[in-house]
Amino acid sequence: MLEKYLPLAIILAFAVFIGFFVVILGTIFGPRRPTERKSAPYESGMIPYGPGTRRMNVSYYLVAVLFILFDIEIVFVLPWAVIFRELGVPGLVLMGIFLVVLEVAFVYAWKKGALEWE
Amino acid sequence: MDGAMILEWVIKSIFLILVMTGGFAYVTLYERKVLARIQVRIGPNRAGPFGVLQPVADGIKLIFKEELVPAKADKLIFTLAPVLTVIPALIITAVVPWGTEVTLFGRTIKLYLADINIAVLYLMAVTSISIYGIALAGWSSNNKYATLGGLRATAQMISYELALGFAMIVPVMMAGSMSLVDIVESQKPVWFVFVQPLAFLIYFIAALAEINRSPFDMPEAEQELTAGYHTEYSGMKFALFFMAEYIKMIAISMIGSSLFLGGYRGPFVDQLPALGPLYLFIKVAIVLFVIIWIRATLPRIRYDRLMQFGWKVLFPLALLNVFVTGVVLILVGG
Repeated sequence: MLEKYLPLAIILAFAVFIGFFVVILGTIFGPRRPTERKSAPYESGMIPYGPGTRRMNVSYYLVAVLFILFDIEIVFVLPWAVIFRELGVPGLVLMGIFLVVLEVAFVYAWKKGALEWE
Repeated sequence: MDGAMILEWVIKSIFLILVMTGGFAYVTLYERKVLARIQVRIGPNRAGPFGVLQPVADGIKLIFKEELVPAKADKLIFTLAPVLTVIPALIITAVVPWGTEVTLFGRTIKLYLADINIAVLYLMAVTSISIYGIALAGWSSNNKYATLGGLRATAQMISYELALGFAMIVPVMMAGSMSLVDIVESQKPVWFVFVQPLAFLIYFIAALAEINRSPFDMPEAEQELTAGYHTEYSGMKFALFFMAEYIKMIAISMIGSSLFLGGYRGPFVDQLPALGPLYLFIKVAIVLFVIIWIRATLPRIRYDRLMQFGWKVLFPLALLNVFVTGVVLILVGG
């Protein structure tokens, strides 16, 4: 059963190898002559000021939280999608109730302005 | 399971990775050529006949470029982020079938690396992982443009992933299986794009946003963010981001072809299974052409509009499409 996943492990190993190989290739052959100006953050030629990473807009957090909610919804819909023919009408009704409950939350977030960007 | 089987998997893995990296090199050339033709230019034509050696020249140039690491960057994450971006791109197509099976050297070889029964879930999981690399690249550069670009990319990708996920559920419902081999085989009578045009459209738009392609290339909007999350990257580390982006282009074309356009299916493929990879290649080339055509034609969408489009139009539409498909298939029968 699990041996079906072995090819995925093999290709993952090769992909990891390729990734590091390319980085090492560039490290070996590329010149490295850092100066103070060169290793300053790039800000279109202006003199950099302030920290590079600063506090971010709260909208990003809201989107992340909503994403977790609805991504899990997708994970719940997937198994139903595979066998919904066998489940028939009862399964459809139950899935409808599940989706409606979640969509109420979606409409609430929409009305509260969580999806607005400025 | 025996040694020969493992050897076969190793050969197939190497082959797939070579195809993806070689494909990446030639998709860059393909894109430049097509863009040039659309803009009534000729495009690269100096390195080799018709410029076919151009990607090689670009690669060699990038190897010998100096790699800058900003002094205030988080060095470890800064180095790992491009690797973390390219790995999901390389492994995502492992579940896409190239054909049924062929006999080669007296041995029956299946033309796919892995046929797992949760292939669609695997696709969704791997696309989610690729977001980490971009978010970390933006954050670890300690650069204002890079941080903003990385944040925008993350928010955009997770928003469109919902619509993408629901669009990918529709072929699963039609086929009654998550395995891509089963999905392709169940498109024998008719391709799903003809039964589910809306799902295909949603898949295509969401996938374009997922890989940050034009017109959704907001994270890399040159005019306001220089190069977005990879502003500080140069040399081979930059090449890895570039590689990931183009391999993802090939990957969404392959996945889209398998889910909606009949994958390796075409005329006479049952009699001659070796035609399968050829049909898949033709379909991928056509989808890639459309992606490049869109880049040449459409202007970039404003960021707030882009997010609202994803959440307020695509997501409800995709959800509704899944449910209506369920109702129709059960009540009408299918």
